[in-house]
Amino acid sequence: MTKILAVDDSASMRQMVAFTLKTAGFEVTDASDGDKALEIAKKQTFDLVITDVNMPNMDGITLCKALRALPTFKFTPILMLTTESSVDKKQAGRAAGATGWIVKPFNPDQLLATVNKVVG
Amino acid sequence: MEIDLSQFHSVFFEESFEGLDVMEQELLNLEEDSTGKSSSDLENVNTIFRAAHSIKGGSATFGFSQVAEFTHVMETLLDEMREGSRAITREIIDLLLKSVDCLRGMLNKLQDGEPVSNDYVELVDYFNQLLAINSDDVKSDSGEDESCSTPNSKVSGWSISFAPESYILQTGNEPIRMFKELRGMGHLAVRADLSEVPSFSDLDPESCFITWQLELETELEKLAIKEVFEWVEDDCKLEIRSTAEQNNQSNVITTLTEDDDQKEADLKIKAIPGAPQTDKKLVPIKNTETNTKVGKKAAATTSIRVGIDKVDTLIDLVGELVITQSMLGELGDNFDMGKIELLTNGLRELEANTRELQESVMRIRMLPIGFVFNRLPRMVRDLSSQLGKKIDLIINGEETELDKTVMEQIGDPLTHLVRNALDHGVETIDKRLAAGKSETGTITLNAFHQGGNIIIEIKDDGAGIDPQIIYAKAVEKGMIQDGIDIPHEQIIGMIMEPGFSTAEAVTDVSGRGVGMDVVKRNINNLGGSVEIASILGEGTTFTIRLPLTLAILDGQLVRAADEIYVIPLSTIIESIPLSGAQITRIAGDMPVYKNEGEYIPIVNLCDEFDIKYDKQSTNEGLIAIVEGENRKIAIKIDELLGQQQVVIKSLETHYKSLQGVSGATILGDGRVSLILDIVGLSKRSAERAATRRNQVA
Repeated sequence: MTKILAVDDSASMRQMVAFTLKTAGFEVTDASDGDKALEIAKKQTFDLVITDVNMPNMDGITLCKALRALPTFKFTPILMLTTESSVDKKQAGRAAGATGWIVKPFNPDQLLATVNKVVG
Repeated sequence: MEIDLSQFHSVFFEESFEGLDVMEQELLNLEEDSTGKSSSDLENVNTIFRAAHSIKGGSATFGFSQVAEFTHVMETLLDEMREGSRAITREIIDLLLKSVDCLRGMLNKLQDGEPVSNDYVELVDYFNQLLAINSDDVKSDSGEDESCSTPNSKVSGWSISFAPESYILQTGNEPIRMFKELRGMGHLAVRADLSEVPSFSDLDPESCFITWQLELETELEKLAIKEVFEWVEDDCKLEIRSTAEQNNQSNVITTLTEDDDQKEADLKIKAIPGAPQTDKKLVPIKNTETNTKVGKKAAATTSIRVGIDKVDTLIDLVGELVITQSMLGELGDNFDMGKIELLTNGLRELEANTRELQESVMRIRMLPIGFVFNRLPRMVRDLSSQLGKKIDLIINGEETELDKTVMEQIGDPLTHLVRNALDHGVETIDKRLAAGKSETGTITLNAFHQGGNIIIEIKDDGAGIDPQIIYAKAVEKGMIQDGIDIPHEQIIGMIMEPGFSTAEAVTDVSGRGVGMDVVKRNINNLGGSVEIASILGEGTTFTIRLPLTLAILDGQLVRAADEIYVIPLSTIIESIPLSGAQITRIAGDMPVYKNEGEYIPIVNLCDEFDIKYDKQSTNEGLIAIVEGENRKIAIKIDELLGQQQVVIKSLETHYKSLQGVSGATILGDGRVSLILDIVGLSKRSAERAATRRNQVA
């Protein structure tokens, strides 16, 4: 089964993302910030990481860099959840090794369409 | 896919309200230390930004577009503050605080399923004006996504040359996946150029050396093709050319074959599930569906956030309960009288387990009082600048826990007391300086546990209350007779009596007491009490004492004739056998108990509640001296039974409200027992005594 790590500090977004992905048949693990996500990622592998950018403790950009430094996440697709207003965030994400982004707001179908671009 | 977004709404509202609280608090912190831009300032702004950002993201996702619109401009401003291109001024903080209030209102409306008023538009305009002055590029790249791939009925050919940088794979982007996506759009031919691939010994397996030449025939426009490469456009050389442009001279041939191509493409799109065309149709339909659901959504259920440690304790306890239960079950399977001791031990354990479980479950409802305290700094800030006073608010013990229901109801009285301390307690700067005090006044909030109660103190270092003025006013109001000697505490306590606190009566005197009777009543209704201590010239302290929970009470079971009542244990001072007590009768038929020069009226429960009893036994039994609101009564009972915790059931919901009874509980044997309300009972008996006296007279 395709395993996805979903990272967002907002509980409602996290629930929405996890619920959508689970309904579509993915196995989802979630984390509320970059720190926690990194801890999880050190212990197991994932086929995809979806992360918010603005988070306390460790933001999505730092998480992305840290994941790319792990041998198990060298080629793993990492998608950033961004808002359309942050063009430079997209650049920063790409520089940190992110695969792509999902522009907020998105609905479950848009999320799945984007996820299907990189896994499955 | 069918996903009902409204299921996430309550979580969204909850976290948004939390986010707003955080924003408010951080804004106030920001103001306090905005002497210079320090790193802690930046962290504050970051936290505020994140909160606004989360609300924006959530509201946009869950279809609350007005909230999203509003938070968008807030976020833009906060971003400028974060980047340092906008100074943090008092005006900006004011504006942001106002926005927090406005957002709170909007979210409240939305949560109740009501339409949002348009008040926020004014603020949004204001934000936009501010932003326009600072920079012209307010409009960022929003709207970029508008012009997505609307299917064009005409099939056209595209020639794509794609030369990714060698590191492309390490971004997680996989060229094969992009080609798959392109194949979903139409007919695709792929040719790989391997000329750059080094010899095997030099090959770096993690790098990509291949370039591709792709030929695509699709109904979709160039933008749709570009979108496939969107994530890698900076990591590759990409050229997308229309084959029609390329081979201008072969125009005739293209038009000739177009018809066939289109048919072919049509077939393909139908055959491929998840092709862009079908996707696009689904999206708008879904949107309208969720929108209507938002409108229908009724008031949300309230929820509570519980620390994981509390849940773990519960799980442990349930585990123990299960063990005890299975032990008892085994015992019951082949029981003989020899095992009676095992049985009693087991039952004792069961009782201990149950009690612990009950306590732990009650603890789930316990929240730190910080939830209520947190709204006070904002009020103190606004009010003190309005009144031209300088005030420091010090909060201690915000982690002290109390029941959620109690907390919800203590908020208003507490706010009122703090406002009162600010308004009437702390003096103006001039007066303070004249009195030799520092120009900044201090209001201190303390919260701590004491026994089964939570104590909240509101202390100010203001002018204090002058007992003489209160005394004079009370005489004028006819509440007391002139010349009677009353202790100072009692005089000061009068500012919370109903008759005293009318607005005009107070503002021109000491300025104390507006609505104070309401405060006192609310606290009493919660089973609590409030005391005032004041030293003239030094300040005033209000001490609120509240039960930790409203759902459980430590009770003393007592018997009167054949009925069993519960007296709240905290109210009982002592119980004494009637035989040795000094009972006198005053004012005709009124029995009183004389105790160290104090006369305490005796209330006979049987008379109060019309229970038939043997008049012969009147002089037997005991009296329990109880106190409520500084008034003592002696309750005549026949027997003291056990003490136990009782679960309070409201009489109002099941029957009706009765004076002298605060609720009912169900005893171990299934009997219903009334819980006595001491304050109500003493009032009730006083009224009865008065009518009796009048009848005699």
